[in-house]
Amino acid sequence: MKAPVSWIKEYVDVPEGTTTDDITRRLTMTGLKLEAVHSPGAAITGPLVIGRVLTKEPEPQKNGKVINWCTVDVADANDTGEPQGIVCGAHNFEVGDLVVVVLPGAVLPGDFAISARKTYGHLSAGMICSARELGIGDDHDGIIVLPADAGVPGQDAREVLGLDEEIIEFEVNPDRAYGLSLRGIARDVAVSVEGASNFRDPALRQTPAANDAGYPVVLADTAGCPVFVARKVTGFDPAAPTPAFIADRIAAAGMRSISLAVDVTNYVMLETGRPIHGYDADKLTGPIVVRRAVAGEKLTTLDGVVRELSAEDLVVTDDSGIIGLGGVMGGETTEMSETTTSIVVESAHWDAVSMFRTGKRHKISSEAGKRNERGVDPTICEAAADRVVELLVAHGGATADPGVTVVGTPPAQPTITVAGDKAARVSGMEISEQTAVEALRAVGCEVTGTGTLSVVPPPWRPDLTDPQDTTEEVIRLVGYDKVPSVLPVPPAGRGLTRAQQLRRRFSRVVAAEGFTEVVTFPFVGDADFDQMRVPADDVRRKALRLENPLSSEAPLMTTTVLAGLLRTAGRNVGHGLSSFGIYETATVTVPRGGATRILSVDHGPSADEFAALQAGLPAQPFHLALVGVGAAEEAGWWGEGRTADWADAVDAVRVVADSVGIDLAARGVDHAPWHPGRCAELSVDDTVIGHAGELHPKVCEAYGLPRGSVAAEVDLDVLIERGVHLRPAPTFSTHPVAKEDVALVVDAAVPAAEVEAALREGAGPLLESIRLFDVFTGEQIGQGRKSLAFALRFRAADRTLKEGEASAAREAAVSLAAERTGAVQR
Amino acid sequence: MSGPNSDYDPVEVTPLRADEVEAMRDAALDAIAGAHDLGALKQVRLDHAGDRSPLALANREIGALPPQARKEAGARVGQARGAVNKAIAERTAVLEAEQAERMLAEETVDVTLPTGRRRRGSRHPLTMQSELIADIFVGMGWEIAEGPMVEAEWLNFDALNLGPDHPARTMQDTFWTVPAENHVVLRTHTSPVQARTMLTRKPPIYVACPGRVFRTDEYDATHSPMFHQVEGLVVDEGITMAHLKGSLDHLASALYGDGITTRFRPSYFPFTEPSAEVDLRCFVCRGVDSDACRTCRGEGWIEWGGCGVVNPRVLIACGIDPEVYSGFAFGFGIDRTFMFRHGLEDLRPLFEGDVRFSSAFGTEI
Ligand SMILES: [Zn+2]
Repeated sequence: MKAPVSWIKEYVDVPEGTTTDDITRRLTMTGLKLEAVHSPGAAITGPLVIGRVLTKEPEPQKNGKVINWCTVDVADANDTGEPQGIVCGAHNFEVGDLVVVVLPGAVLPGDFAISARKTYGHLSAGMICSARELGIGDDHDGIIVLPADAGVPGQDAREVLGLDEEIIEFEVNPDRAYGLSLRGIARDVAVSVEGASNFRDPALRQTPAANDAGYPVVLADTAGCPVFVARKVTGFDPAAPTPAFIADRIAAAGMRSISLAVDVTNYVMLETGRPIHGYDADKLTGPIVVRRAVAGEKLTTLDGVVRELSAEDLVVTDDSGIIGLGGVMGGETTEMSETTTSIVVESAHWDAVSMFRTGKRHKISSEAGKRNERGVDPTICEAAADRVVELLVAHGGATADPGVTVVGTPPAQPTITVAGDKAARVSGMEISEQTAVEALRAVGCEVTGTGTLSVVPPPWRPDLTDPQDTTEEVIRLVGYDKVPSVLPVPPAGRGLTRAQQLRRRFSRVVAAEGFTEVVTFPFVGDADFDQMRVPADDVRRKALRLENPLSSEAPLMTTTVLAGLLRTAGRNVGHGLSSFGIYETATVTVPRGGATRILSVDHGPSADEFAALQAGLPAQPFHLALVGVGAAEEAGWWGEGRTADWADAVDAVRVVADSVGIDLAARGVDHAPWHPGRCAELSVDDTVIGHAGELHPKVCEAYGLPRGSVAAEVDLDVLIERGVHLRPAPTFSTHPVAKEDVALVVDAAVPAAEVEAALREGAGPLLESIRLFDVFTGEQIGQGRKSLAFALRFRAADRTLKEGEASAAREAAVSLAAERTGAVQR
Repeated sequence: MSGPNSDYDPVEVTPLRADEVEAMRDAALDAIAGAHDLGALKQVRLDHAGDRSPLALANREIGALPPQARKEAGARVGQARGAVNKAIAERTAVLEAEQAERMLAEETVDVTLPTGRRRRGSRHPLTMQSELIADIFVGMGWEIAEGPMVEAEWLNFDALNLGPDHPARTMQDTFWTVPAENHVVLRTHTSPVQARTMLTRKPPIYVACPGRVFRTDEYDATHSPMFHQVEGLVVDEGITMAHLKGSLDHLASALYGDGITTRFRPSYFPFTEPSAEVDLRCFVCRGVDSDACRTCRGEGWIEWGGCGVVNPRVLIACGIDPEVYSGFAFGFGIDRTFMFRHGLEDLRPLFEGDVRFSSAFGTEI
């Protein structure tokens, strides 16, 4: 909402010396928040004066254009008193007109410096200005022609043009609907600004009494439209210009001047907050009826859009059918035009919720709708209509019809019962009951009672419905800046939960492994899954879809963190990085076919209802994903580097699992986006937590990564859940160790982990540890075979091993491995 | 060794001649002193202290002397051998020390060579900023609450006094999911975590909820469709706006330095009433000569977040009796906090994943 300061001051007196800054600071502290102060003239410096056109000689140019060579009287403003010679391209003026002249040395908006210059064969010393050039309007069809009585040549044009005006722009919160009117702003100034007084309510006026001679109106839905006032004027001159004060003020408020009739309704809306609609009376047939629409009915609104209506929409009809979407936008068929001479003025009160729904349903955002959906004072319908009639009569030559239609009554104001000390209890300040009562009366409430107050809010405050609302009013007027600072004392806390601690630990562990954390957006599209080679029937493609994604390319909530991470890896390669590791921890969204309901807000949901709500949401497991590109260890003076391989990806995950005492099992699988022969499926007991390994070469290619890049993605929730919480303290044997090495040849397809498991089981309790230290393939082993070398350490807990005990255990191990895996000792 | 030789002429036996013994000793000592490495000393030891050395041979003669001469000769030779052995031991120690020193000198490396064989990892600054903020709350005795990013519409809106027809509902640009009748949204704030907390715990409640939130904002230097927020919620008996102010002042000083306080400006949020916007005293200029300050753009204050007294309607929807309990809530941006503290003016580097960005912050901020 933009309000010129001079307009505000029309309704309230502020003490001499009160600055705009003083006003905005106080209003901000009581609830009308300052967005900005605009001063249209601030970007204009130097001489800008009124001039009178003395001569105007049209001169056709070769290019077909006609320019006017003019002399303009600017009195002494040019220091010579001689007429100023100026070339002007506009034609909308005559000799003798008062115009606005900018002289050499001035600067116009956009840092446009004015100087005398040769053009079209003349020395043009300045410019005759249009509104657009001065930055005060969009009109560039012609120059500004001032009214004959605007002033005298040579006089500074700033005041005449309102360039010295300051316009305050407010950010009006939903609970401050009254701030969408000068009436409301001026009242707030009177209440809040020190020394301000004598508020003159523009909606307080004597209005003619209702009678039966007015335009007939029937309210078929008094809940949706409780009050409807209709007034009529005749003999209106549709060509009458809009007076400057109306045009300037609606322009200052950011609205376009359209015609006197429309401008007047907008002006009164700005003045009182009450939206007004005007009908061309000659296009109306029969009584106006307000009702709900029948689903499927159609209306072409003023903006030319054909709208299919819902049964919830409030419509205004006459015998011809629907003529308007009540309170939101009028219809085309009864629209006022350049031939309208009789006008029916509608000033009606509409149900705010209905207005909001209709506006949202039809995606109509209008100045009228904005006010009607936030709530308008229902008691000023007559005053606002009367004000419109007054202006149409005064400036459009119209005659007020004696008929006055007033149907319905404004809804009664609620009575709010609130404890007299509530403001003190809520704020923690010492606010006496008397202070609270005074504050409430200052904002227009009627207050009765002591101890327990009965508060009737004023009709322009539809937001005041609860004790909490009136309490806020009191505290705002006392002042937020006076709230003391007291640190509350909570009961002793238990610190971070184990899950919270583990999430931090996992992140630190991965960083310590040389990976760098990144944060990516969780939005993906089918192309991401294609790039990752995720099969068509893969469950990962069944992602939650967004109704209104930012990009149609990425309408899904990702099921895999790798999607964003691979893109990010590619971007880093694009930035010239050749060796790096990145990781991200984030939740992914896994739909599980549920739905949630809208529950009551009158009480807390039952345990069952809350559980159902929870179950209706997608699963959102917490994942870790990582990508390694290039060298795991760089080459340097120490020697050769080492390129990251599948094992680095698996090990990074193992380090994380180890940190909570979990030993992950691996199994070779074919799973996108990994290399079909170099992907480990990792699991805890029988629960698969994810995959790690080398990326598929085609995937690397798709993301611009070097072949051989590695990646992993696992579900950390499982590790948090299964992690060993209290690990028992170990005991060590200090008896001598017996070491035995064994080399076994198996089929190349036999997993080393299976051989190791067999050895471990076969070796029995004396086995302290087992480590695979070499894998060998070659001709002497045989085609399709491999040799696995294990180091076994045996030790007893309570004694030194006897001769042969360790070798016997080794033999047992080997024979079980042979039985299980076909291993042959080398 | 041979036995006593009675035929031997004691006068002719070397040990009896003091000058001879001394000469042998001196020759040995000279040779020891002249040995410049352990190898040479080994030879000296053989020559002058070995079984075939003159002093060893002389010692062997002593047994052949008459008893009265033995004592004197024995003492003389013994002393000489003692001196030689001692000198060898000392020289050995010296030479060994010298050799050890030489070896260490030879092992000297250029310690200015680069040492980074292993790739350094780092964490994302927003993760660390979030943890730092959480730690302050934990230090205050509060606990950290969490909830899902894909959230029930009822928890994100209705339970927070943002009914379907609430004008404020359009103020937040929400990502809705398909199908609409499932009533599932991407949470637009972390406030649903507050609702969850009230629904699952009994007062007194002192929690902070940091997390990721989503709005349908086009991505530019100051807007992101995904960003991070932290909200605080207290529900207890006798809670007032003064407690809200006290908590925010404490947080402000913990995050931005001693003496940094906050101020309230009236505002509107459906979930709180009274509601306020919180400004933070500019931690750069501290409100002194602010005109030239780039951080607060001359205001002396920085817009920090929103707050207020929990609307009783919210308490009711979350099953808490507003006659017994009252509360306050506040929220501010983690991303914005990070940007202020570290002088980042364009937020996009936070979400573009350039390794060089996170790396600049290491593993702690
Ligand atoms: Zn500053």
